[in-house]
Amino acid sequence: MEFFRDANIDFLGKKWYFLAFSLVFSVAGLFSMLFWHGVPLGVDFRGGTLVYVKFSHPPDDNAIRAALGKVGLTQAKIQRLGVAANNEVLIDLDVRETSEKALDQGKVQIINALETNAPAGKLDLNNTSSLTLANYLLEKDPLRAGSDASQRYAAVAKAIVDYRDKTKGGVLSSFVELKAVADPAVVAALADGFFLSDFGVYQVEIVGPQVGQQLQSQARWAVVYSLAGMLIYLGFRFEWIYGVAAVITVFHDTLITVGAFSLANKEISLTVIAAILTLIGYSNNDTIVIFDRIRENLKMMRREKLSEIVNRSINQTLSRTILTAGLTFLTVLALYVFGGEVLHGFSFALVIGILIGTYSSIAIAAPILVAYQDWRGGQRGASVPLPAGKGKAAAGKGRVASGQ
Amino acid sequence: MNKTLGWKLGLVVALLLVFLFGIFGLPKDFSGTGLLASLQEHIHLGLDLKGGTHLILQVQVNDAVNGDSDRGVERLKEDLRTHKINYTEITKPDPANHPDQIVLKGVPPESTSDLRSIVSERLPEYNLNSGADNSWTFSMKPQALAELKNRAVALAIETIRNRIDQLGVSEPVIQEHGLGQYQILVQLPGVDDPGRVKEIMQSTAMLEIKQVLGGPYSSEQDALQQHGGVLPPDSLLLRGRSAGSQAGEDAGEQYYLVTRSSAVAGADLRSGGATVGRDSNTNSPDVGFVLTNEGGRKFAAFTGSHVGEKLAVVLDNRVREVATINEQIHDQGRISGGGMTEQAAKDLALVLNSGALPAGIKYLEERTVGPSLGSDSIHSGVRAAIIGMLAVLVFMLVYYRGAGINADLALVLNLVILLGFMGYFGATLTLPGIAGVILTVGMGVDSNVLIFERIREELRNGKTPPSAVEQGFAHAWITIVDTHVTTIVSAAILFLFGTGPVKGFAVTLTFGLLANLFTAVFVSRMIFDWILSRKQRGQALSI
Repeated sequence: MEFFRDANIDFLGKKWYFLAFSLVFSVAGLFSMLFWHGVPLGVDFRGGTLVYVKFSHPPDDNAIRAALGKVGLTQAKIQRLGVAANNEVLIDLDVRETSEKALDQGKVQIINALETNAPAGKLDLNNTSSLTLANYLLEKDPLRAGSDASQRYAAVAKAIVDYRDKTKGGVLSSFVELKAVADPAVVAALADGFFLSDFGVYQVEIVGPQVGQQLQSQARWAVVYSLAGMLIYLGFRFEWIYGVAAVITVFHDTLITVGAFSLANKEISLTVIAAILTLIGYSNNDTIVIFDRIRENLKMMRREKLSEIVNRSINQTLSRTILTAGLTFLTVLALYVFGGEVLHGFSFALVIGILIGTYSSIAIAAPILVAYQDWRGGQRGASVPLPAGKGKAAAGKGRVASGQ
Repeated sequence: MNKTLGWKLGLVVALLLVFLFGIFGLPKDFSGTGLLASLQEHIHLGLDLKGGTHLILQVQVNDAVNGDSDRGVERLKEDLRTHKINYTEITKPDPANHPDQIVLKGVPPESTSDLRSIVSERLPEYNLNSGADNSWTFSMKPQALAELKNRAVALAIETIRNRIDQLGVSEPVIQEHGLGQYQILVQLPGVDDPGRVKEIMQSTAMLEIKQVLGGPYSSEQDALQQHGGVLPPDSLLLRGRSAGSQAGEDAGEQYYLVTRSSAVAGADLRSGGATVGRDSNTNSPDVGFVLTNEGGRKFAAFTGSHVGEKLAVVLDNRVREVATINEQIHDQGRISGGGMTEQAAKDLALVLNSGALPAGIKYLEERTVGPSLGSDSIHSGVRAAIIGMLAVLVFMLVYYRGAGINADLALVLNLVILLGFMGYFGATLTLPGIAGVILTVGMGVDSNVLIFERIREELRNGKTPPSAVEQGFAHAWITIVDTHVTTIVSAAILFLFGTGPVKGFAVTLTFGLLANLFTAVFVSRMIFDWILSRKQRGQALSI
């Protein structure tokens, strides 16, 4: 099987269309960042409290809002997660309601507010850690355990918590259920000191304002260093104009990807930054393959016009470009579709990034080389050949790691 | 098959075995569950996959500096007294922002040289600057200050590790968090409600025994009134809560006037000496402690000379116990104080045994992942990885036919090496790390595609299969190196800047790319050579 066997498309002739396309998307993204959604930051960067709650029944947003309002959390955002049958809700407190003096205060307030059926003096078994449970049992000693009591109760507590979290999905609805994993005496002792609420907290993220600021500046520097690293490497391996073209291209990709997050009002988290750095690597990868071919062809076709050579190079590598992009896209799509809620932002960034990264190598990076040469030629009043890059890199023959 | 080929094949098989060992070790049984168990033993899962708590703590190093400069003030006063140097006052003008600064005022000019010699001998870590009106400013030398702060962080890590070890949390991670200043990263696998652990970690557990100068008073105003509005010099008013005569009875908030200096302080406590017991009168839980030899001597001297007076056991600046000294006491004491539960007594013994924190800590970040979410994440991540991988493998077979097998073998080997690397280096697999594995497959196939497309091109240009393979690899090699290096550059930057899960992603991506250089070039080339060696001259290559 073979696609694009003798492709001969005049890519450079379409550069104005490409320019228009890129401008539309960059400007749309920029406008959204500046005037519409801004850059929606995830909790990693903005700080705040996220509490993920699973209910034993379909949750009622208004009831949750009312319960939270009673303890003064009127600004809390309530959001449904995943499929409706999971009964999962995300409660999101602003960083202003997250103080570094008592970092987990918001979480504690939310749990207390939702425990609407709490009898006085009893603890909520659905939101109790195995450590607390083990200590409670040790004090009550329902099994009349001897010298190994602390190990025994630690094991019992762990079995109960595992049953709750792994078998029951995080929420127990009656003490009777526990007889499956614990002695009746233990269950009776638990019923004495505990009650069962209708929810369990399965994930908490609390980021104080200081860490948020810290991570923001680090993410910014990570992207800048990554671009600088590329510029230096490419300047070293090729000529500086190749490096500049690659960095402009990657900047274009980053801008459009971040713009897409802004347009879709999706939050940029730490893992999204990881995805953006990966796509910087990927897009650059793609650009280098074409540049390598241009460099090779410049040596062989000294007579031809640069635009001719660039076009030829793009067409020669087109089959590889499309295949690799397609296959990588396939794996990223698998991540997006099957990877679950947690990886959604990450795979969204990559889905957009791979499309844009592939497009930009052809539509942005290569035309920049031609534009640069035209400009230089125009300045000096004569056509000046583009430097082919440093010779050592092209001495490819026999450098393969094979012992022929 | 010629000799070099056999040699290379041997190498690849040996590496395959080495990396399989890295992934599985030597499994006891080769059934599915046995393999899974040994896989879990070798590949460490991140907190986001197995559940647990991730905390970032700020060590308030200024506390430690303040403690040090407080001792400096005491030393200075003593020396000024012994050298008979007059002064009007010693203050710390800005303990919150410049905890290392001490200002000494009103020293007569003729004592200057004496003062200088005291400072150079007894307070060598301070710079001395003269100011207006015979005042002097002491500020800690920058190097000494930095050392003091770093020592505080190291000591805090040590103390927190001791405490967590005693709580029985398995495989905790406690280390300096390189991204911030004076921050500590704590990871507690399997702990899904960190409330109590956090309290235990945060308790400074600073135990002091001080002489009681007066009290109890019902309020601060009351205490002030009784002393004519001004507290005596070198004294402190501390809050406390004393137990009533019956167990659990609470006599309410009370205040005691105590000496500023302590007879016995945290460092005099023998580590491991604290035990939970019961108060002989009230039968409520209490904690006994034992002093070191040095501390015991100090305590004996103090109690011997203060028989009939009262002493206070002070924990974290709260009076926990007040007792009359009936006779000289050598090295033991007890803390009960107001209806402590069994649990509270145990926690107190634990923090006393693990030593005092040199400075207060503040929590900056807290993340908890429940175990069910972790296993859900593994399922969806692994499922996505398998689907993505299968799609790529099938496509390569269809598109490149014979050579597709070659690429598929290389990809599978790539995966084995990647996981083996992680097993050997004890790297942690996180959810983004699984995504990194998938991306490695997607991007790893790029090397194969580059080579195969080039070989096809060379064949189209009329080259013979052996020469097309030779040329294809030679040309693609340069490009492959360039592309790998740039991607590894971004992964390295991610590793330096990222935390937790993101770091795991950078690690898998880098290992994957390195493994890919080997499999896509060396292994794939070997397979081509083997195929070519079995073909007649001029027979076509399946690609």
